[in-house]
Amino acid sequence: MEALIIFVLAVFIGYEVITKVPPTLHTPLMSGSNAISGIAVVGAIICAGAGGTSWFANFLGFVAVVLAMINIVGGFMVTDRMLQMFKRKK
Amino acid sequence: MNNYINLAYLVSAVLFIFGLKGLGSPRSAPRGNLLGAVGMLIAVIATLLDKGVVSYTWIIAGIVVGSSIGAVMAKRVQMTQMPEMVAIFNGFGGAASLVVALSTHIIWKGGSTSWAIALVLSALIGAVTLTGSVVAWAKLQGYADKAMQMPNQKLWRAGLVLAIVVLAALFVHNPSSGGFYLFALSVVALGLGILLVIAIGGADMPVVIALLNSYSGLAAAATGFVLNNYGLIISGALVGASGIILSQIMCKAMNRSLGSVLFGGAMVSDEQMASIPGKEFYEGKVKSCGAEEVAMLLENAQKVIFAPGYGLAVAQAQHVTKELSNVLEKRGIDVKFAIHPVAGRMPGHMNVLLAEAEVPYDKLVEMDHINPEFSQTDVTIVLGANDVTNPAARDDKTSPIFGMPILEVDKSRTVVVIKRSLSPGFAGIPNQLFINDNTLMLFGDAKEVLQDLTRAISEL
Repeated sequence: MEALIIFVLAVFIGYEVITKVPPTLHTPLMSGSNAISGIAVVGAIICAGAGGTSWFANFLGFVAVVLAMINIVGGFMVTDRMLQMFKRKK
Repeated sequence: MNNYINLAYLVSAVLFIFGLKGLGSPRSAPRGNLLGAVGMLIAVIATLLDKGVVSYTWIIAGIVVGSSIGAVMAKRVQMTQMPEMVAIFNGFGGAASLVVALSTHIIWKGGSTSWAIALVLSALIGAVTLTGSVVAWAKLQGYADKAMQMPNQKLWRAGLVLAIVVLAALFVHNPSSGGFYLFALSVVALGLGILLVIAIGGADMPVVIALLNSYSGLAAAATGFVLNNYGLIISGALVGASGIILSQIMCKAMNRSLGSVLFGGAMVSDEQMASIPGKEFYEGKVKSCGAEEVAMLLENAQKVIFAPGYGLAVAQAQHVTKELSNVLEKRGIDVKFAIHPVAGRMPGHMNVLLAEAEVPYDKLVEMDHINPEFSQTDVTIVLGANDVTNPAARDDKTSPIFGMPILEVDKSRTVVVIKRSLSPGFAGIPNQLFINDNTLMLFGDAKEVLQDLTRAISEL
């Protein structure tokens, strides 16, 4: 129940913060939120490193770590690349 | 120890919020992005200290492999390819949540009913996001950009949804021995993801990517419910909200409801298609001209607006556009760029393409702000944009696109449309603008035409 409350409140915060992002930055916003959705890496690490389970479960965890890390590193890097283009202004 | 770890997750969630807040202006955005990255680093380190984590081999291997692939993709991707990149990243995010759900079930087997429901949601949303994104990516690449209607599509869709509900019920009823049902559900959900997106046309892909972006966040939030991890829940909710807002904005800009995008198939129905005039619409009414003529017009102008569209990106003409605008500005002409919300192939895409060509962002003006300025504009140059400039959307109640917000370029003194041919845009209808009295057509490849124009003006 607590978790549900937190989820709903977080959606509202997200709504408030994101409606303030100007249309100019909507593409970086999408790639940046790609990176944030890579937070699934938390679950992935727990699965990949869990003890006393089958190797298959750990292997699935490994696959998830790879996927989430692509999102995280790729997402933050490409967002930065775009934002630097907006910055360089004579 | 556990309390400290939870505290760390809270810190990273707060950093994500500050990061998104930073995206409120181009100036603060790079720092915001950095804050987000720091938040992620904190979350990863905190998880590594979790007492449930006992072996690090797989983890380190995964981090190394994933980071290298991500870094290479981020460095290599072309700005025109951003929609594809975001689409495939949405897919990876969904896939990660799906795989985590399956692995979690193998490790912990049983749990409470709410745990089982969260597990089902995590696998379901993750799987739909994965295959949906792959199809969206393929459509963006141009492999299957038409809306594909399969026979009995609605029946199939309903059947798969029913199968998912049954499998979910069987799994939740007895999670500890229901591993098979969870796997079966995931497979059916993968099929559903394909079915949902394949029927949507290429023109609607911006909405679809934004929506899948939202799903990838919701999948992560569901994983958070599975692991009872508030950090995941908050971050997932943020991304979920972001995607929903963007898909709403896109829908509004195309004057379509989310429902009609998702289930309505093509933008223009078959009956409407039949009543659309063909070539005779343009016959004898189109005025075509050459680069020199336009150069003369520009020479005498005081205010010029560019209205770029997807065709600009296809022709890779953003840099020549910038060059031409430099030449004009040197002559004291006021130059601006009018950006329609669906210009380009994803939300804000045109802005990134022009920023790459070093057009300062304060020259890029949103539709609502630029529309009142057209009546005081001498020349508007339409570059590879079509439907978003069609005055029929404003004036003709019978037009299939009536009500769609447009750039009111027709109000400027002269409109120059640079285009390869008179072929229709995504909506498949002829453009009233092209036969207006104050419109001149300049046929050719955008890049070559702009080079000719720049040369012609410099020679004047």
